[in-house]
Amino acid sequence: MSTPTHEMWTARLRSSWQRNLPIEKLLPDDQPAYVASWIYVFGVATIAALGVIIASGIVLAFQGPAWYHTSDIGNFTNSMHFWSVQMFFAFMVIHLWGKFWMAAWRGNRVRTWITGAVAFVVSIATAFTGYLVQTNFDSQWISFEAKDGFNSVGVGAWFTVTNLGQMLLLHVAFLPLILGVLTLVHVLMVRRRGVVPPIDAIPANLEVRK
Amino acid sequence: MTGWLASFLDHPATYLKWGWFQISISNLIVILIMLALFAAAILIKFPKGRE
Repeated sequence: MSTPTHEMWTARLRSSWQRNLPIEKLLPDDQPAYVASWIYVFGVATIAALGVIIASGIVLAFQGPAWYHTSDIGNFTNSMHFWSVQMFFAFMVIHLWGKFWMAAWRGNRVRTWITGAVAFVVSIATAFTGYLVQTNFDSQWISFEAKDGFNSVGVGAWFTVTNLGQMLLLHVAFLPLILGVLTLVHVLMVRRRGVVPPIDAIPANLEVRK
Repeated sequence: MTGWLASFLDHPATYLKWGWFQISISNLIVILIMLALFAAAILIKFPKGRE
């Protein structure tokens, strides 16, 4: 195997990846003792709920509203999509509370905190567009209430809540893509820096592996 | 859907109001459950994993 040519962007990317996120950090089989607490479970519970959201959403997209408004299995899948979103937000907010009170941005983890916060905001936009594409009277009422708010702040021309096509594409393509990338980056950053230790941990445990 | 759940869901939400602040009972219940989960996650001991 030849020595990597450091002018090549592929070689620079590879060496940077191996330096910052070696496979032992990416797929660890052990965690520090302080991770054995229920409060550390809510991050992965949020990702699990996101998995159910994506899976049920794909089924809804393939089958369409004529199916999920009329058939029993369609109603069930529609409800599963809705309730997994409720679980997703509940778990994410409890995860947020836990991380806020343990000041999880410590130890050079500020970008992990920021990607999580931005993912939260994008989740709200994704859920909002979801309410707008239910194709029922509820979505019609929500969009007609919301349009005045968006118009009053001057974004109504680009983000038209009464435009079903735009809201549907934002909900099933653009926003999930952004949320998926943010979630992936967030998890990779957690892998890179490790799970944040408790505030009263001894200083030696606060050191971050380079 | 039938039974008590149907009758519970089949009417407009009841709101609690203190001055400028108001919240539906359903939203209040959800927030209280989340706070209870948060407290439980801190207080309940995690089962011991492998050594």
